[in-house]
Amino acid sequence: MTGKGGVGKTTVAYALGLTAAAAGKRTIVCEIARQERGSELFGIEPIGFNEVRVGDGLWAISIDPDRMVREYLEVLLPVRAMASLLYRSNLFAYLAAATPGLQEVVSIGKAYELTLDVRRAPGDGRVYDLVIVDSPATGHGVGFLEAPGTFRRIARGGPLADQASRIERMITDPERCGVGIVATPEEMAVNESADLADGLAEAGVALDELYVNELFPDRFSAAEIDEIRAARERVESPALDAAIAEAERAAAQRIELERLRGILPGVPAHELPFLFTSGFGEAELRDLAEELAR
Amino acid sequence: MSAHLETILAGRSICICVGSGGVGKTTTSAAIAVAMAQRGLKVAVLTIDPARRLADSLGLAELGNVPSPVELEEIEGEGELWAMMLDPKATFDEVIQRYSPDEESRQRILGNRIYQQISGALAGSQEYMAMEKLYELDEDEDFDLLILDTPPSRNALDFLDAPRRVTQFVEGRAMRLFVRPTGFGARIAGRGFSVVSSVLRRVTGGDLIADLSEFFSAMAVLLGGFRERAERVEALLRDERTTFLVVTGPAGEPVKEAGYLRGKLAEGDLPLGAVIVNRVHAAADAGDQRLLLADVIGDPDLRDRILAAYEGRRLLAARDRENVATLRSGSPGVPVFEVPELSEEIHDLPGLAEFARLLMPA
Repeated sequence: MTGKGGVGKTTVAYALGLTAAAAGKRTIVCEIARQERGSELFGIEPIGFNEVRVGDGLWAISIDPDRMVREYLEVLLPVRAMASLLYRSNLFAYLAAATPGLQEVVSIGKAYELTLDVRRAPGDGRVYDLVIVDSPATGHGVGFLEAPGTFRRIARGGPLADQASRIERMITDPERCGVGIVATPEEMAVNESADLADGLAEAGVALDELYVNELFPDRFSAAEIDEIRAARERVESPALDAAIAEAERAAAQRIELERLRGILPGVPAHELPFLFTSGFGEAELRDLAEELAR
Repeated sequence: MSAHLETILAGRSICICVGSGGVGKTTTSAAIAVAMAQRGLKVAVLTIDPARRLADSLGLAELGNVPSPVELEEIEGEGELWAMMLDPKATFDEVIQRYSPDEESRQRILGNRIYQQISGALAGSQEYMAMEKLYELDEDEDFDLLILDTPPSRNALDFLDAPRRVTQFVEGRAMRLFVRPTGFGARIAGRGFSVVSSVLRRVTGGDLIADLSEFFSAMAVLLGGFRERAERVEALLRDERTTFLVVTGPAGEPVKEAGYLRGKLAEGDLPLGAVIVNRVHAAADAGDQRLLLADVIGDPDLRDRILAAYEGRRLLAARDRENVATLRSGSPGVPVFEVPELSEEIHDLPGLAEFARLLMPA
């Protein structure tokens, strides 16, 4: 899942997770961020670098690249003592900081590991049917997916480069990996989605779905809006003002929604409603999940 | 509101807007630039956002790596408005050019395979380049006010640390280890370094280490210039000519982010001028409207739908009121400005001028 900042990428990722889990898929949502939001959404203890169960058939993990390094080395190096040595010397951390793409390779590397049929990471070896990655906001979004290729080109050889190649093959295999773009139906978010779609095409990554989030209800017909405006001429009423403001917003959103569809005609667009709520929690996620299941 | 944004900006020559994604940070930066240009200043607005949002806001198709003038005819302005979008790669090349003692060192770096990939990828490099550009414009050009639009908030923090981080990185242990993995570096790492080093080579392949080593030795000649410049950039951020504005939206998540940013600014001893809350739903609480509607709307079903819209609006207004109150109580001594939700998106200069009137009434 990717998209411009502030469009609800994380909530849509979890809602999709709930939908997939309800359909019988063992699903995990990976947040790649310094601060995860899942614990707040589900009202649970902070989600760390462990696979945490957040619902029936749904797990979550927060991927922090710094903490990833040790496990990564252990998976990569056959002799544990060697991994431990490399980790303790901090040399690999320096290397990760210095080498373009390596940090991202390590983050995506974890998501990749979660997709394996035989898990290599320490833990109970749970196998997932679907891994949903909540990637960093656009601008870094495509760069993030391109990182394994960038790194492979720099490193040329060695086990790390081989691993980067495997990840790159997965990302560019439309059978195994697809991107969902989350956007709000607003001009700038739509423009950014179009840029993102171009970036994905260039990177050879399949764009599977669009999620158009926070759509205001389209409650009134054109004739009704005229009637409301006429009534507003006669009386002062915040209710009529609210109806007019909402109708204007909804109409502007429909224009942007259609524009997005026009720019990306072959990509299915899921519509998600704006939720009139003061807080966002599991109940709201379930509402969105229900919409997605339709 | 206790103060006017104009008084906060008076006498400042640098204004840095920080905030999470999707809160209207770019629009706010551009609108402040428009407002100050209308008041007779020569203003430049810089964005490092790769998605060209400022270009959208200013109705420009393309922005280069130097500020270009924006025609103010449409909105009447006494001053000048300039805008630019930062090209991190080009700025990085310029920086290399500036600090290279000779052509040979310059070519050695620009031609390095690691360098060619690094400008967008090195953590904080994009942010560092924005600082570079800001400093350069402050030094070399005669703008009265420079307004910087930063990337979303978690990055904005990288951005604050960027000058120090890039210098530390370039002169740090990592570099020394890679430059002289058998001499000085080995002494730092202590005994067993050669074992560690050979394990690392085993993981990465020898080429990568060789290339990194080459890159860092090429960069070494630039180090003095980098460090000195980074110190001056850092001083500029804390200068009394500089002010930070935290931009946020009224929903729970951005408000929380704004609080986090405010704390980080305080921690870094960076001057917070004001908090700006965009898209606030105005209070619409006028009690039950059912009777009133019955007089003017005949269809009961339509009346119900109008009431539903009203209910939604009231809920959002209550949410926003509560969140703005939280922001205010969390920022004692810092003015909080609200901009109401607008029915249309802003994509041109008259729109920015309208936004500016709401934020900074004449």
